[in-house]
Amino acid sequence: MSGQKVTLRYTIAAEDFISAGEASSHVKKTLNKLGIRHELIKRFTIAMYEAEINTVIHASGGEAYVEITPEKLMVKISDNGPGIPDIEKAMMEGWSTAPEHIREMGFGAGMGLPNMKRYADDLAVESEVGVGTVVTITVYLS
Amino acid sequence: MLVRDIVKTLDAEILTGEENLELDIQAGCGADLMSDVMAFVKDNVILLTGLINVQVVRTAEMMDIKVVCFVRGKQPTEQIIELAKSKGITILSTKNPMFIACGLLYKAGLTGRGVWD
Repeated sequence: MSGQKVTLRYTIAAEDFISAGEASSHVKKTLNKLGIRHELIKRFTIAMYEAEINTVIHASGGEAYVEITPEKLMVKISDNGPGIPDIEKAMMEGWSTAPEHIREMGFGAGMGLPNMKRYADDLAVESEVGVGTVVTITVYLS
Repeated sequence: MLVRDIVKTLDAEILTGEENLELDIQAGCGADLMSDVMAFVKDNVILLTGLINVQVVRTAEMMDIKVVCFVRGKQPTEQIIELAKSKGITILSTKNPMFIACGLLYKAGLTGRGVWD
């Protein structure tokens, strides 16, 4: 990378479980092209993918803004969904409010936020009930 | 264990991704819960699952998993196969149920463990 900043923006489609993950997939492709280290790409895109899935499950979609600089990979995923009443609880493995049909698709088992925390260097979750949620995931390159 | 040998051991059908037959697989992950798969960090893994939807392929893509085997004879849709093909992911299908499929691979020497924190 030659020192400049790369930014990417995506709309995450509302309740579209089939296309969920397309933004993360495109980011992965872009990071590979930029020659970012394999292990960092994996950590970043797994965390982003979990956040993307969450947006589809809980908030009928949202937006993703990605910033790639020589220092870090950052994605901000925002939605206008119901918000998270208790973030501390939501960070616990196994705690979930996802409906049954989402569990049948292999998600919604209360591992999303814990997985984001596992793979991100920094994870910030800001949420207001009835307003929405912003999740910011950062992976440092150095 | 080579993908070629995994195919033989599981008596599996190759639905796409013949180009990965010489890949050396170090460990297996048997799960129907994709978030559990994403908590499992290791390279050169085969994913065995009874879950059939496109998110299985997306999960494999994010995890750099090159081989997915659907168990219990489940047949993925054309859409799943096409997405896997575009990502260079091999899709197998075996009639064996999950427990037996994992057991057969373990017995054949695929005993690598994932890294759980």
